[in-house]
Amino acid sequence: MAEKLHFSLVSPERELFSGLVDQVDAPGSEGDFGVLAGHAPFMTALKEGPVRVHADGRVVTYEVRGGFADVTPEGLTILAEHAREAA
Amino acid sequence: MASVKEMRNRIAAVKSTQKITKAMQMVAAAKLRRAQNAAQDSRPYAQRMAAVIANLAAGVSGDGAPKLLVGTGSDQRHLVVVATSDRGLAGGFNSSIVRAARQHIDGLLAAGKDVRIITAGRKARDQLRRLHATRLVETYEVGANPSLRAAEAVSAKVQEMFEGGDVDVVTLFFSQFKSVVTQTPTARQLIPAEVAAGATPIDLKGASYEYEPDEATILADLLPRNITTQIFSAMLENQAGFFAAQMTAMDNATRNAGDMISALTLQMNRARQAQITKELIEIISGAEAI
Repeated sequence: MAEKLHFSLVSPERELFSGLVDQVDAPGSEGDFGVLAGHAPFMTALKEGPVRVHADGRVVTYEVRGGFADVTPEGLTILAEHAREAA
Repeated sequence: MASVKEMRNRIAAVKSTQKITKAMQMVAAAKLRRAQNAAQDSRPYAQRMAAVIANLAAGVSGDGAPKLLVGTGSDQRHLVVVATSDRGLAGGFNSSIVRAARQHIDGLLAAGKDVRIITAGRKARDQLRRLHATRLVETYEVGANPSLRAAEAVSAKVQEMFEGGDVDVVTLFFSQFKSVVTQTPTARQLIPAEVAAGATPIDLKGASYEYEPDEATILADLLPRNITTQIFSAMLENQAGFFAAQMTAMDNATRNAGDMISALTLQMNRARQAQITKELIEIISGAEAI
């Protein structure tokens, strides 16, 4: 994949992830969605569930609760009240 | 003049005080680093939150706008949330926050407003209950380390009072951590939400936002969270400022103890010398008398 998406996952305590990735799947309140580079500006509340981050052929999963996702031309930011890396 | 033995005891006492203040200073320095990191780590979240709310607030207008954002239209009943640390021995750190809050409260009372107070931190409670015992609604403690849970408890109470129609305006007092030597008591209005001046709206490069479910729902979901975030970041700023202030205060105390020890040592040596001289004179005059 040529273009990379800038993704950051932040919780009130700290920034859990920040960097360039290929794709992010997140559980939107109206349905799960995936974000690639160049996605249209978009904002949604998130329901409790896994956020899957695809980067360099690997997938890292975070469990988030009480957050929302914000897609801007600069990238995707997920603000989550509670977030942790899934085991 | 005090006897040599008495003075020796006093020096020993000051020395052990100095050991304690020295130890407290070093502990504060170590904890400061951690608190500073925690405050720093929480900033991206708070900044993003402020930016997103600024963006949303610009789009929502009219009667449909949430009350948390635009207020109740009245400013008669004020709620003041005062956040300090639980512990003292940090110079004027807590007092300066409380003083700023008290000035604000006095100003409101003079203007004929109703004032209620919530404290987060034992020191705020201790200092405010002398003057404003009847206005204290609830008191919270911060604990050893500020946790989101502690902030949520305060935030829930604030929202409950607002939803219940008990208050119109909510202001938060805390100390902003500028640097190790400067912490500034700061007031921040929580309700109606102040759209941060520093928050730059996100540049969409001509495209427009899509909202799911819709703008108003997201905003209504975000605003209460923003209150929690603001309280949480105030607690973290306080924590960092507290340890910085404690470190400085304990450094001064250690230095003062050192000065005191050298002054007392000088005094003690003089007294001892005087005693020796006196004894010598007694011996010599005794010998002469024979």
